[in-house]
Amino acid sequence: MHKTGLILAAAGLAGLSMATQAQEGERFIILASTTSTENSGLFDAILPPFTEATDIEVRVVAVGTGQAFEIARRGDADSLLVHDTEGEKRFVDAGYATERADVMYNDFVVIGPGEDPANIGDADTVADAFGRIAEAVAPFASRGDDSGTHRAEQRLWEAAGVAPDGGWYRELGSGMGPTLNTAAGMDAYVLADRASWVAFENPQALELLFEGDEALFNQYGSLLLSAERHPHLKHDLAEQWHQWLLSHDGQQAIADFEVKGQQLFFPNATK
Amino acid sequence: MTDDANAFQTALSLILGLDPDLLGIVALSLRVSLSAVLIATLIGLPLGAALALWKFPGRGSLIVVLNAFMGLPPVVAGLTVYLLLSRAGPLGELGLLFTPTAMVVAQVILVLPIIAALARQQIEELHGDYHEQLRSMGLSKQRMIPTLLWDARFGLMTVILAGFGRASAEVGAVMIVGGNIEGVTRVMTTAIVLETSKGDLPLALGLGILLLGLVALVNAAAYLIGESARGRLG
Repeated sequence: MHKTGLILAAAGLAGLSMATQAQEGERFIILASTTSTENSGLFDAILPPFTEATDIEVRVVAVGTGQAFEIARRGDADSLLVHDTEGEKRFVDAGYATERADVMYNDFVVIGPGEDPANIGDADTVADAFGRIAEAVAPFASRGDDSGTHRAEQRLWEAAGVAPDGGWYRELGSGMGPTLNTAAGMDAYVLADRASWVAFENPQALELLFEGDEALFNQYGSLLLSAERHPHLKHDLAEQWHQWLLSHDGQQAIADFEVKGQQLFFPNATK
Repeated sequence: MTDDANAFQTALSLILGLDPDLLGIVALSLRVSLSAVLIATLIGLPLGAALALWKFPGRGSLIVVLNAFMGLPPVVAGLTVYLLLSRAGPLGELGLLFTPTAMVVAQVILVLPIIAALARQQIEELHGDYHEQLRSMGLSKQRMIPTLLWDARFGLMTVILAGFGRASAEVGAVMIVGGNIEGVTRVMTTAIVLETSKGDLPLALGLGILLLGLVALVNAAAYLIGESARGRLG
């Protein structure tokens, strides 16, 4: 009974899908990536030259890094471009991906209200800045969504020797953009990736208050997913995308991308 | 205040500019939501009518469940369809995740309870008023269904429009199963979420005004059709 129901549902869906998407071609891959790359407009800049060179369309599903890993783990994406190097290495070790490569980097920045009540503007290190925010019990908006930025933020609290807790520490469980919108609304400090911050259009009283510490380095990596675990994926096309990102052309396209006159991603592939 | 004024200007320039990307988004929104409403109507109206006419054990519980599903959170519907269509799920072989088809399926799940539950209530009332008459005509329950649906058609139009309102307004389900892929699965509501997250609030609100205008157009068309039909009836 259960099985016939499933078969009927499958047949119905197959019919429906033929009716609604007969016109679509097959040369595309699904790329699971992060909101920072999508929101900044990077993909609008680098996908057209790739598609022109290879005739492969890249369909970007932009989510938090945690969800991107989950989509890839379930076999729902052909390729993965995220920013959590430790998580990426664990993903390879667990056998879900066969190769991981550095693609580009930028940095995280600490944003806060222009008045800077915790006075982090003249902090020496980011750990110092985070310590001052906790000491001043100034509102801090955390992503709280297991994204790459959230994981980086947790490492920074650890480095500052603070276990963030209490009414001043607000876990929003949202993407970068919604978190910035909320932080702007309540004059909170917030850790953001530079690309999302520069492209963000609703800063209100928020300003960039602290930057430049090595601990704020933000590396993006591309992963080749395992053909053994998910044989149905478009591994040939995904490999072409992966190689192009690391190639001279791909790296140049990343370097050429600017928002408001600022370069937002710095290519650093090693081959 | 300035943001609101900007939003209206943005909405206006969006409409006048006829940007092809935007037209694609608008067309996909309509295609997905109207397909979902059509499918939910074809299933929901007979289902609602059958529930109104037949008495069977457990009927009360079924009606309560159906009514409760009118409040199903879109994100839960989306998550359920995601798990079904994901490669690791039972229907993963079909490769439908992140396609408009998946979005239609999720919206059918959201719209069907509304259409079936409200149709059930309308048909039950109508049947209460006319069932002596219908019985004296010697109609079986199966034969009553088309007659009752036809007699209730003006009320049912509003039911279908309520379903369309649900489909065109929701974002939680289509975001999860569609993935908001530019040019493939991006619809009005997911575009609004994206622009909000970029902090481009005037554009987001402008898109919202445009969506509201579209829904108003569909409703106006339905109203005019209803009125002209009523007019012919005299």
